[in-house]
Amino acid sequence: MHNPQLDADGNLKHLLTIEGLPKKILTQILDTAESFVGVAERDIKKVPLLRGKTVCNIFFENSTRTRTTFEIAAKRLSADVINLNVGTSSQSKGETILDTVDNLIAMHADMFVVRHSQSGAVHFIAQHVPDNISVINAGDGRHAHPTQGLLDVFTVRRYKPDMHNLRVALVGDVLHSRVARSEIHALTTLGVPEVRVIAPKTLLPVDVEKLGVHVFHDMKAGLKDVDVVMMLRLQNERMSGALLPSAQEYFKTFGLTQDKLDLAKPDAIVMHPGPMNRGVEIDSSVADGHQSVILPQVTYGIAVRMAVMAILNGGSPSSLRASASEQTGGGA
Amino acid sequence: MQLPDPENLLTEITLKIKAQIEINGIDNSALVGIYSGGVWIMRRILESMQQVIPYGLLDAALYRDDYAERGLKAAPKPAQIPFDVQDKHIILIDDIFYTGRTTRAAMNELFDYGRPASIQLAVLINRGGAQLPIAPNIVGAEILLKANQSLQLSQDTKNKLHLTLEGIIEN
Repeated sequence: MHNPQLDADGNLKHLLTIEGLPKKILTQILDTAESFVGVAERDIKKVPLLRGKTVCNIFFENSTRTRTTFEIAAKRLSADVINLNVGTSSQSKGETILDTVDNLIAMHADMFVVRHSQSGAVHFIAQHVPDNISVINAGDGRHAHPTQGLLDVFTVRRYKPDMHNLRVALVGDVLHSRVARSEIHALTTLGVPEVRVIAPKTLLPVDVEKLGVHVFHDMKAGLKDVDVVMMLRLQNERMSGALLPSAQEYFKTFGLTQDKLDLAKPDAIVMHPGPMNRGVEIDSSVADGHQSVILPQVTYGIAVRMAVMAILNGGSPSSLRASASEQTGGGA
Repeated sequence: MQLPDPENLLTEITLKIKAQIEINGIDNSALVGIYSGGVWIMRRILESMQQVIPYGLLDAALYRDDYAERGLKAAPKPAQIPFDVQDKHIILIDDIFYTGRTTRAAMNELFDYGRPASIQLAVLINRGGAQLPIAPNIVGAEILLKANQSLQLSQDTKNKLHLTLEGIIEN
């Protein structure tokens, strides 16, 4: 089946979802991100890869952290960045998505970073853009948030390099979480043998087992002997109907406290994609504790987004690449 | 064509590099190897030195001028510059000097860490064909090659260096 994210040679063309991406591509992104981690520690925190390119952050749904980290990532690659909060612009005046996108294409943008509240909206845009433009999904509805999934597995790999020997637990609102879906696909593609999800039945999608995960409804059983605890945010804004009795009740059963964390391996790490609801899904002492890698996740998020942009924007169509590679060889 | 033994060339440039470090002063000097060949050579030079000298590793892939055509196909190796570049006399080490474009990229990358007092370039072989006004300061041997020939340095499991020449050899 044709994967709309890959070009004819199997190289990454758009990043829309981790589902269906080969391990080779995921590893290429993570390995490339390693070389960007150090850029932030230099005197001059920039490399010239995307000099003269224009990256458009098109956010049909609000976000501060994701938009900011994409913006920093693009700027550290020397790109020019335009931020468009479409909620506050023309769409509220009645413009369609494609009209918005066409206008940006006419302004000669080179890359779109898109967030939308509707699942599939970013795929729709990717199908519409001309060949020279790449699209990155920065979160669409409940569907996918691939760069978050990638930065999470990058963080796991940095702390626990032997991915083939890990037990990872995702805890919380899997139902509404595009992050959870992206994390599960990334972890299983990279060969993590045991991925668990721990959540009340009301916050799990139907048939979640089909994603290859083990389901637990009890924190104590689910956290036993895990190496990595990935907490998920309780997504109040996406909830309709009474899925939970109360935030306090949720914290008592599914909130991560040190007592519950002590059931995991002693060197287990705790992750959270942010923004955190302290006292709802995670206790403050755990969020700030010595096992927490929540802030390194943010730092690595920039390196991973730089890697994705650098891979997407590098190289022209395959014919050009082939003729260029003939001219290289034997030092330079 | 008879290729020189890279081990002999290594001995020769090691002597010249040591002499240059003597002139610059060891406290103000640093070595930087360019992946992969330059790093192999640098490690051999470091092993042969009595004194400790700061050193770093560069890939320079993020600064190359052919990114737009070639992209980042293989993941670049992370740069490691664990010393303060500011006011250092840096000897950049590469295996084979050809177009000068890698050197330019490496110099640009170094300047993002600080302003060195000087940068010199040491290579095992200058194969000719510079496309920029850049030339190595320390050279093991000059071997003029055509564009369709490819000279490669490799390292065996005992860290011994080998040269191979591929492509049309006319003389």
